[in-house]
Amino acid sequence: MSQIMETSRAADLSGNKLEEAVLRPLEKKPTRGQDALLLALALIFLIGLGAWARQLAWGLSATGLGVPVFWGVYIVNFIFFIGISHAGTLLSAILRIVKAQWRAPFTRLAEMITITSIPFAATCVIVDMGRPERFLNVLLYPHFTSPILWDVCCITTYIIMSSLYFYTALIPDLALCRDRLGSGVSPWRKDFYRISSLEWTGTETQKRVHHLIMTVLSIVLLALVISVHTNVGFVFGMTIKPGWHTAVIGPYFVIGAALQGLGVLGLIAIFVRWFFRLHTWLTETHLDSLRQFTLALTCFWGYFTGVEILTTFYGHAPAEMQVLWSKISGPFWWCFWGMILFCFVIPFVLLAFKPLRLSSVLALSGFSINLGMWLERYSIVVPSGANPFVSFVGRYWPSLTEWLITAGWVAGFLMLLLLFMRIFPILTVWEIEESAEHS
Amino acid sequence: MSMDNQSQEKSSILNKGCINRKGFLKAALLAPVLFVRKLRAATDSALGPEKGARRWGMVIDLDRCTACQSCVVACSVENNQMMGNPHEAAMGRVIRWIRVQSVEKKNAEGYRQSLAPMPCMQCDDPPCIKVCPTSATFLDPEGIVGQVYPRCIGCRYCVNSCPYTSKFFNWDTPSWPKPMEEGQNPDVSVRYKGIVEKCLFCHQRLQRAKEKAAFEKRELAEGDYIPACASSCPTRAIVFGDINDPRSEVSKLSQSPRAYRLLEELGTEPKVSYLREE
Repeated sequence: MSQIMETSRAADLSGNKLEEAVLRPLEKKPTRGQDALLLALALIFLIGLGAWARQLAWGLSATGLGVPVFWGVYIVNFIFFIGISHAGTLLSAILRIVKAQWRAPFTRLAEMITITSIPFAATCVIVDMGRPERFLNVLLYPHFTSPILWDVCCITTYIIMSSLYFYTALIPDLALCRDRLGSGVSPWRKDFYRISSLEWTGTETQKRVHHLIMTVLSIVLLALVISVHTNVGFVFGMTIKPGWHTAVIGPYFVIGAALQGLGVLGLIAIFVRWFFRLHTWLTETHLDSLRQFTLALTCFWGYFTGVEILTTFYGHAPAEMQVLWSKISGPFWWCFWGMILFCFVIPFVLLAFKPLRLSSVLALSGFSINLGMWLERYSIVVPSGANPFVSFVGRYWPSLTEWLITAGWVAGFLMLLLLFMRIFPILTVWEIEESAEHS
Repeated sequence: MSMDNQSQEKSSILNKGCINRKGFLKAALLAPVLFVRKLRAATDSALGPEKGARRWGMVIDLDRCTACQSCVVACSVENNQMMGNPHEAAMGRVIRWIRVQSVEKKNAEGYRQSLAPMPCMQCDDPPCIKVCPTSATFLDPEGIVGQVYPRCIGCRYCVNSCPYTSKFFNWDTPSWPKPMEEGQNPDVSVRYKGIVEKCLFCHQRLQRAKEKAAFEKRELAEGDYIPACASSCPTRAIVFGDINDPRSEVSKLSQSPRAYRLLEELGTEPKVSYLREE
């Protein structure tokens, strides 16, 4: 704690330095390497879009799906991207509510990850639809007992609220950009900063109103975080399909998403810290707090997994056991044991032991958690499909189209995130300064 | 302000208004009770259509069934089902509304395979209807689970939630060889890529039978309406009729001690019964 206060004080002393460090990358012309990276990501994304166009023409026969596996990688990706989006809301909303000071250097990045990943989550569902052009039927002929409709309502609210949250937290920093950014910035971007900063001048009244709105939004978003992922779980839990029909699936999904959100935040924060040279503000102490939080959630996730497996195993209902055995020692062993390894064993070892407290190790555990959480969703969605009540010979392996769309969507998310980093300040300057004042 | 003052103020407001504290508490306690009663009444009435209406059902005698698959062929032709090719068959994408399902049972002598024709079970409490986000699937007043093709968005949620795997998705545009394409049933719409379809108990035959009965100015009689699978069965293993009519053959057979329904423990209330092999 004292260390945090020390570093905050140091940040306070170099307040101008902080602003400079944040604003410089916005002014500087991007290097050739950065442009090349962005171009490569855009290319992969375009290939993904092309694969989707081909699927639109061919129908879902372009996938590896059939009877009885009706849902595959697209639904896995949907849950995966929603999980990524939980980085922002979870970290910044919960930590703002409990006034945890270590949140300050993470909040902007976390909210950026949320905003940039949600569009890809929402489009995953549209990619999975047999008739994507009829998407509006959900609103024209709504059937309120359907968990998919609950999802549509929840996720729409979530997109709107988290955009508002991101924007509200951004206003003081947009004003900073408006006032401080010089000739290196193009005129249209200056106009953008001028209009979007809503004439923020940092008066006491403005600060009070801003604080109030941020608090209210944090509380609303916390409720939304829980409802969104519980509802994603409900889509499975509300059916009577073996392996899906369990009450624990709602909270299990919430914890899984929170863990994945922290994982992706750790991974990207380390990269950003190295790239923008933010070591003064994003200190080892901050990383240590993130590490502890992630470790706690890893344990929670392990607990939920254990509870679910033990309940199924003890109940020993034949249809449920068929799904469980197919995961433990059947054709889906690789995703089940991969999930245990990457979500629990590897991050636990990497995060729990003192000699491993290196920033690169935190990034590695973040990567491992994300890989594991993708496998977790695969081992929820596919094995239950492959083992219905009525016996069926069914197999599923994602087709090239599905892999290309998956790669395209991941690249698209990273591309959008990098573009955001070029326009918006990477640290929440007002919050870091505020937390320095508080201490 | 202390808590005491606040609560006093609140109660005085309540007393001044038309509702006093006692009334308010009573209403607050009663509301959930009334709500639960209403909900129960609603769920009870959701089980099956109103009394007096016809309720179409089927009994399949597994002792008579020879698994000859003529029901599968008759159903495919009657309902314009896709032809399918070996690739589609390997991917599990050929649509057959009725199929002969093999069920393995373990007994003292080892495994024994039994074969059962499986159409849609036409549940009275269908899990597929609840989950549809666009009301594209529904229970009609005579108990048949219908599908509205132009409304279906192809999310495959209903397909996933059907415990009998009796709903089917069009992974591709269905195709037929030339002569077959010309011989399609004009009473049945041809489905297209990206939507879900299912067995409708040859609903078009019910329409025809009703029209004919109305023209002849009489009530619908037993045997007027028989789906293709039942009418094509060479051993008369499939019996079809109104299970609300106690005199019909189908309701008598469904009372047989040999009768059981598939996955009855799930509470889906299927209207297709099976007669056990003896």
